[in-house]
Amino acid sequence: MKETPLSNCERRFLLRAIEERKRLDGRQSYDYRNVRISFGADYGCCIVELGRTRVLGQVSCELVSPKLNRATEGILFFNLELSPMAAPAFEPGRQPELLVKLNRLLERCLRNSKCIDTESLCVVAGVKVWQIRVDLHLLNHDGNIIDAASIAAIVALCHFRRPDVSVQGEEVTLYTPEERDPVPLSIHHMPICVSFAFFQQGLHLTIVSYSTMVQDLLLVDPSEREERVMDGLYGGIMLLKDQVLRCSKITGVKVAEITELIQKALENDRKVRKEGGKFGFAESIPNQKISAFKMERAPVDTNDVEEQAEEIITKADPPSDVVAKPILRMPGTAQIGEGLENSWGDFEESEREEEEEGNSDDATTSGGQKMETEEINIVNDDTIILSDSEEEEVVILEPEETHKKTRTHITAKQENSSKKAFNKKRKKKRATH
Amino acid sequence: MAAAETGALPTEERVGQVVLPGDVLLLPSHPEADGERLWLGPGAALPGRLVCGPGLRSCGAGLLVTKCGLLRHRQSGGAGGGSGGAYWVDSQQKRYVPVKGDHVIGIVTLKAGDIFKVDVGGSEQASLSYLAFEGATKRNRPNVQVGDLIYGQFVVANKDMEPEMVCIDSSGRANGMGVIGHEGLLFKVSLGLIRKLLAPNCEIIQELGQLYPFEVVFGMNGRIWVKAKTIQQTLIVANILEACEHMTPEQRTQAFAKLSER
Repeated sequence: MKETPLSNCERRFLLRAIEERKRLDGRQSYDYRNVRISFGADYGCCIVELGRTRVLGQVSCELVSPKLNRATEGILFFNLELSPMAAPAFEPGRQPELLVKLNRLLERCLRNSKCIDTESLCVVAGVKVWQIRVDLHLLNHDGNIIDAASIAAIVALCHFRRPDVSVQGEEVTLYTPEERDPVPLSIHHMPICVSFAFFQQGLHLTIVSYSTMVQDLLLVDPSEREERVMDGLYGGIMLLKDQVLRCSKITGVKVAEITELIQKALENDRKVRKEGGKFGFAESIPNQKISAFKMERAPVDTNDVEEQAEEIITKADPPSDVVAKPILRMPGTAQIGEGLENSWGDFEESEREEEEEGNSDDATTSGGQKMETEEINIVNDDTIILSDSEEEEVVILEPEETHKKTRTHITAKQENSSKKAFNKKRKKKRATH
Repeated sequence: MAAAETGALPTEERVGQVVLPGDVLLLPSHPEADGERLWLGPGAALPGRLVCGPGLRSCGAGLLVTKCGLLRHRQSGGAGGGSGGAYWVDSQQKRYVPVKGDHVIGIVTLKAGDIFKVDVGGSEQASLSYLAFEGATKRNRPNVQVGDLIYGQFVVANKDMEPEMVCIDSSGRANGMGVIGHEGLLFKVSLGLIRKLLAPNCEIIQELGQLYPFEVVFGMNGRIWVKAKTIQQTLIVANILEACEHMTPEQRTQAFAKLSER
């Protein structure tokens, strides 16, 4: 399918908005979108979400004979695929040159940085080495594929465990996971890509001071629309020295944050597995973390909006009091708050969304935000959502229903559909038949 | 849920419930003088005639559901009882299928001689003749460039031919259609939200209008064009409209209250 063309109107608006340092989703110029990492049941399987861009990474290993000129080193193999479900423009047969560029970038990033110790992958020199294969699949394209892919690759590699091997003389024994615990790969450091989008305003030289050159604008982590209007893609524009320096400084900061996030996610997963808790993608489904899209909070800056306070406030109903009245559904389970009506369009959204006031200074921190969701393990200020640990149960205290029934007869269900509520819904349906 | 013996339920009972493709709904047994007749299509039915709306198809004894969603019913004016009125299925969809008579926002992709090719989000691009604008003649061509936004309606839209749209109504007047201005922001939402916003007396639009003035164009293909005085305000309106799909009325009032306080 052909991509939806970008209209002149959108392009103009986006460029003007970027000139004014405003992004569509309310981020600042150097802000990243929310990064979410969740792990599957197998070692080496993870899904990374950068805003709405999703990449699935899977690592696997195999014993093969090594390359002739590198007899003591293991083999690394990277592969990124653009699935047609990511964007209508990606067709299964015809993959664009974008794919080639991305793959090359990824290889350079992961292989040439020597983040993985290939010598440690050698089992018997010249005879048997490990071949590690990293497969990345793009599940949804909302801009900045390369960042999400590089994070997914390194997270999957850090998460992966290969079977243990012991060599005694000529004998090589490969242990199954039951016999001996699988062994992690030896990874020296985490190389992560950070993408910048440049927008040259070169033609309109506004001389601010005598020494300025072209006023250019620089955004971190472009979303899909911004990518469409930016200059060049993965190469193709000229940069000045100081721009490159500026970028590398910003990158240093960002990568530190992302690495910290990755460490925390890995740590969490390790803890859950050790304690014998449930892990894997199936655990994310009841919380609607993987199988649904949610609309992110958009911290839109509302600083300069005209004030028309009185009318709206007097006309609006006073907010109802929060009453905590537990409702016994069946022995052993109770529910506080009736939850919302199930209006049919709501299946994508399980959180309460509120228009965030323009905390334009700290748009990245969620300190001021009311996290009313069932997001689990909000570790630090960066609205980082980590995986698993379903032990934590978050119950939302709802204001009482204002009896504004939408046109449905279905009785109110709790929005954070826990498994029990889900099953009850099923039982109810069966009963009506 | 064996459809054979007990699946076919009386339609009135299922109104407001979730129906799945393959469900068979029995029609109320109010035999007309000349038997039940079902008419496919929008618009009010003649008294006593049932209209079978989107998502439903007539089959033998009753209605066959072809889309999953909530079953809705509307009585035709005046005619009480079960006969008359319209049934349809309210379903969630983002991909648009051109329908004759729909007003949509399209993006011009090609100028080829006498016609423009317009992308409307469907499987085919629609064609728009340069004469289909108000006041356009062979000498006086409309000023349309590639990449412009067009608001028009379909005159031909079926599965066998490429859709055709025009920017004038049947009397030759533009009636709001034509090229949309050069400023403003275009964004995409789901089709259900558009229908909600276009319903008469939509509260969201009224509340938004009280905040500050803005222009908005809704296309039935899920595209919305917004323009306010500043970029800031445009972004706010766009974000509110996108978020409205998932907010309850209380949340919305709170959001508006916050916005108007500043």
